[in-house]
Order: sequence, then structure tokens, then C-alpha cells
Amino acid sequence: MQQVNKLTPFFENLNFERDDNTMVINFGPQHPSAHGQLRLVLELDGEQVVKAYPDIGYLHRGIEKMAENMTYNEFLPTTDRLDYIASTSNNYAYALAVEKLLGIEAPRRAQVIRTMLLELNRIISHLFFIATHALDVGAMSVFLYAFREREFAMDLMEDYCGARLTHSSVRIGGVPLDLPAGWVEKLASFCAKVNHEVEHTYEALLTENRIWKMRLENVGVISAEDALSWGCTGPMLRGSGVKYDIRKEEPYELYSELDFDIPVSDRCDSYGRYRLYMEEMRQSVRILEQLIPMYAKTEPQLMAHAPQYISAPKEEIMTQNYALMQHFVLVTQGMRPPKGEVYVPTESPKGELGFYIKSEGEPYAYRLKCRAPSFFHTGLLQEILVGTYIADVVTIIGTTNIVFGEVDR
Amino acid sequence: MRKYTPKDNVQGKSYYTDRFWVAPRVPRHEVEEGSHFADVVKALGRKAKESYVEIGQLVVHIKASENFNVLKTLKESCGYTQCSEQSAVDYLAKDGEFELFYQLLNISEAKRVRVVCRIKKGEAIESVVPLFKSANFAEREIFDMFGIKVNNHPFLKRILMPDDWEGHPLLKTYPMIGDEFASWYEVDKIFGKEYRDVIGPENRDPARIDRYDTKRFSRVGYEVPFGADISEGEKENPIEYSETVLVDYTKSSKQLDERR
Repeated sequence: MQQVNKLTPFFENLNFERDDNTMVINFGPQHPSAHGQLRLVLELDGEQVVKAYPDIGYLHRGIEKMAENMTYNEFLPTTDRLDYIASTSNNYAYALAVEKLLGIEAPRRAQVIRTMLLELNRIISHLFFIATHALDVGAMSVFLYAFREREFAMDLMEDYCGARLTHSSVRIGGVPLDLPAGWVEKLASFCAKVNHEVEHTYEALLTENRIWKMRLENVGVISAEDALSWGCTGPMLRGSGVKYDIRKEEPYELYSELDFDIPVSDRCDSYGRYRLYMEEMRQSVRILEQLIPMYAKTEPQLMAHAPQYISAPKEEIMTQNYALMQHFVLVTQGMRPPKGEVYVPTESPKGELGFYIKSEGEPYAYRLKCRAPSFFHTGLLQEILVGTYIADVVTIIGTTNIVFGEVDR
Repeated sequence: MRKYTPKDNVQGKSYYTDRFWVAPRVPRHEVEEGSHFADVVKALGRKAKESYVEIGQLVVHIKASENFNVLKTLKESCGYTQCSEQSAVDYLAKDGEFELFYQLLNISEAKRVRVVCRIKKGEAIESVVPLFKSANFAEREIFDMFGIKVNNHPFLKRILMPDDWEGHPLLKTYPMIGDEFASWYEVDKIFGKEYRDVIGPENRDPARIDRYDTKRFSRVGYEVPFGADISEGEKENPIEYSETVLVDYTKSSKQLDERR
């Protein structure tokens, strides 16, 4: 037994080559393919993983604690920092949960804009996934091509809300801004571009690529039963043959009116999940193309009318005394939702992103729990990594598409 | 007189509350006869102490000691195959209890059930890892954030906070900015507790800004000698810009010649 003190620290591999020939290595927390601050303690027998222990918490900022100390509107920009690859999906999931609690619904134009932003964020996130995943596995050029398109999408987001990563583009009760002039046309040309690029660049480079197939096929196999038990959602669940998409099954926003398919793969491996991501981008483009004509048919109202909870439009605040008083109270004290609890699931690009809010009728949430898909996908690593080779560890982490802002919160 | 602040809940509070304000409640509906939720309540039988539908989801209150059996029934006979989320709510200040909830999903019916139970402070809860493996991480998080012990968990250990952390951050008694232990954590760990006095609170936080410190901070608009004591007020020291000579070279060659 080692005597550990300041002068003689604990040596993990002292018994290597002597005892049972296993070696313990630290994968991360600073590792380029750990997708953030993931420390993975791997016990290796030769090149095979005997035991894997994901150690998280290196990016823990106490966002749930902050939610208890902030009014509902104050907290909204903080949700950007959860899944920072696709911030709008977090903003939206939170705003929707509070709206459900308040019992209000966003006006039609806000719904169209929100659905557009959500799908645009899905494309941004999936492009990021394919870029980093391919880079991890060794395909450098896909990374450059995917980031080129992602840049166009981020420019669109910047045109709309002024930010590229931390969007805060959704408000409780609607959206703050209308689409700028010419934005819809830019979106239409972007849609055409993404469709073209998915088919002629990413899929052309990867789908039949021999190295890509060798690295991904039969790697990270998760059975449907395990995927359900481990709390996998999103592409991780659909990649195991379970057809469940919250947009379709428990529709929110405009998804019940839109025509799109849910791709499913029963391959259960990383390659199947890669195909899913590609197909989902096409479906997102399909949704966006349907939303563009819907936008023109809507009334210009952007925020729901609920004077008790939501400030009136700026014009009314500046002209009407009562609207100004309401606005003053809402800004200085914050809205007071009714007592009750709500759990609202949404389909974020990574999986089921849900917010549980317990309200005691105060302007501060009594408890807010963020159900992050990546948290449960990280938990899964301790099982699926066992028995794989160390070279596949990177592939498996890449395929789970975890983001540490969300895992650690 | 100093304003009274309750010690058992140090979270943010509204500075103004209308004492005649009665917060409304989100409507709780009866479980409709013949619906899917009615079957769930029937399958649970007497284990369900109270059940109602709140915002489209069934909420079932149970006894904490029966949590494993209830979830087993829900999984095996009602088709709730996924545990999306589980966590706790701190009601120690009000009732001396924690409220735990399990958020379950039925994939085939697209229905959600929330199973709620309450435990006293210091009581432990039975682990549901044999039913739902997702509980592995979720229960570790409950333990980390609230200090609730989970019986028969395969590896109950802190998950987000460091292993040697003291205190449980999501308790209402834990202040938002952290407690004494949290503020000295790095110093204690790297140098030892005895170095607290040597380092002092002013050097503890590398991001701390001291407006009287002239060794590490410069002033915008005026300069102060290095290390000068400015706690009694600063001397006026306006910036003097060097004068720029503007020469119009297009005007005459005479000026140019002069300069040469």
C-alpha cells in the first residue's frame, strides 16, 4: 500500500506490469476529443478498456442554484450557457416551461420565428457534431467544410439577435424582435446550400468512405433496452431503433402543423447515428422551407398579451401610464407565476431537454431542475466503453455528442 | 433594528411583497375515468396516496419506502420504461422534509408520470438503479447536491463537486456565493489551513479588485506612483499629451526647406 503525502503523491500505475497488467490512464479533462471538460479514468488491459469511469464537474457553475436566486426573466440569458452549441434550444425550453406554468401561449408570428430558430440551431449543432466527430476520427477536411456552412448559419443568427453563440433570442411569452428585412430570403438560400452540401460534401466524403466505415461500424453498440434504461434520448435513442421524437409525439410550438419525418436506425452503432444526424439536417431544412411561407401570413404581434406577467410593447409603455406601471413592477420585482410544478420536455439537438420548475408563487423559482440529455449520455459511457479498444473511445465520445455546459450545469 | 433574515433559507427573496397577495395555484385536475392515467392509478392501487393531473402529466404521491415497488409496477405493468429525470426539492425550512420526484416516460403512449415522495431529514431512499440505469448518475447528483443518502447504490460518490467538498450546494441553507469552506477551498488544499492568515482574504480570490491597490492596478485618466497610499484620496494628476506639430506640406516649399 502506498503512503500518500505531499512529498510522495499517489502513483496510479505503480503496479503496472507486476500485478494484473492493467494500466490506469486519465483521458482528459484537457483532451481535444473529450468535447469539453470530461475526465475519463480508463483501466486498460493492453489496448482494451476494462473499466471506464467518467468524472464530471469540471465546468460546474451551479446554474440550478443561480436559478433559485434570480427572477424568471433574469435567468433566461443564463440558459445560453447550458448547451452553448445551440443556445436557442435552451432558451426556448426554459421559456416554454415558464409559459406552461403561466398558462400563456406565444402569438403566431413568435411561434414561427421560434420554430425557425430552433431548426436553424439544430442544423448548427448537427454541423458542429459532424465537424468535430469527423475530426476526432481523423477526417480533417469535413471539419473545414462543415464549419464553413456553420458560419453561414451563425451569420443568420447574428443578423437576427446580434450574437453568434449566446443567443438569448427567445423571451418568456414570445420573441423580442421581428425578423430583419431580407432575412427570410437569406434563410431560403442557406437551406438550399445545406441540402446541397449534406449530399455532395459530407455524405460524399464520409458515407462510403472505407476508413470512416471501419472506424464507426459496430462501434459503440447500444441495444434499445439499454438506451431506454440509461435515459438516452434524441439521436442516441433513435439510433437504437426506438422511434421517439418529442416534436412528433408530444408536439409543441408549430410542429404539429409541419410535415417532416423522424429518421430511425436499427443498426445501434455509431455509423447508424451518423446517418441519422445527416438525415435530421435534411428534415430540418424541410421544416424551414415550410416555415418560410407561413411567416408572411402572420400578424405582426410578437409577445403574448398577459399584463400580469409580461411587459406591454415598448410603444404602449411609452404612451400609456398603466402599461408603464406594469412594466416597472415586472422589471423591479419580476413576475410571480402561480404555485405549482411543471416539467416540460423539448427535443433539443442532443435529445430531451426538459425544465422542471417548482414555483411557490414567488418571483424566484423555488427549484429549477434542468434535465440535460448529455448528462445521461455521459453516464452511459461507463458501460459502453467497457470491452472496446482505446482507439474507439474517441469515436464513442464523439458519437454521444455531449456538451459539457449541459452535463455540469 | 436590523432586518430579520431567516437562517434556514438564504436564497434570493423579493424585496417587496404585497401582504394581501395570495398566489393562485396551477389547476390540478382529477384523473379522468377510462383514460390511460386512470389505468396507471388503478395499477398502483393503495400505493398511490394522492393522484391528480397537473399540466398534462399525472402526479402520484407515494410513501418514500415504497419507491422501488411503485417504479417497478410502473415499469413492468404500465410501460413506463424510461426514467427521464429524478431529483429533490428542499423543504427543510418549511416542513423539515425533502421532496423527491421521479419523472417517468411511457414511449408507446407518449405519456409522462411524476412520482413524488417525501423523506425526513437524515432519512435515506432506496436506489432504483436495478430498474433504471439512468438513476446511477441522477442519484449521485441528488446525494451531491442535497446530501440525501441512497441505499444500495452501486457507487454513491459526489459527482459534480470535488470529493473532499463540505456542504451540499442546493440546500436552501447554502448561500449562493458559497460558505467559509468554499471561499478557502483552494488555499486550504494547496497550502494548508495554517496559510489562511498568511494569504489573507485579499489574496484569496485572484479576480478580486482593490481600488486602493496601486501595486497591481493602474488608474484610467491619471497616474499614481507605484505603491503609493491613496486611501486618503488621490492627488490630481492630469495627463499631458505631447503636442503634435501639424505641417501642411502642400502649402509651400519654404516650410519644407525650413524643416530640412
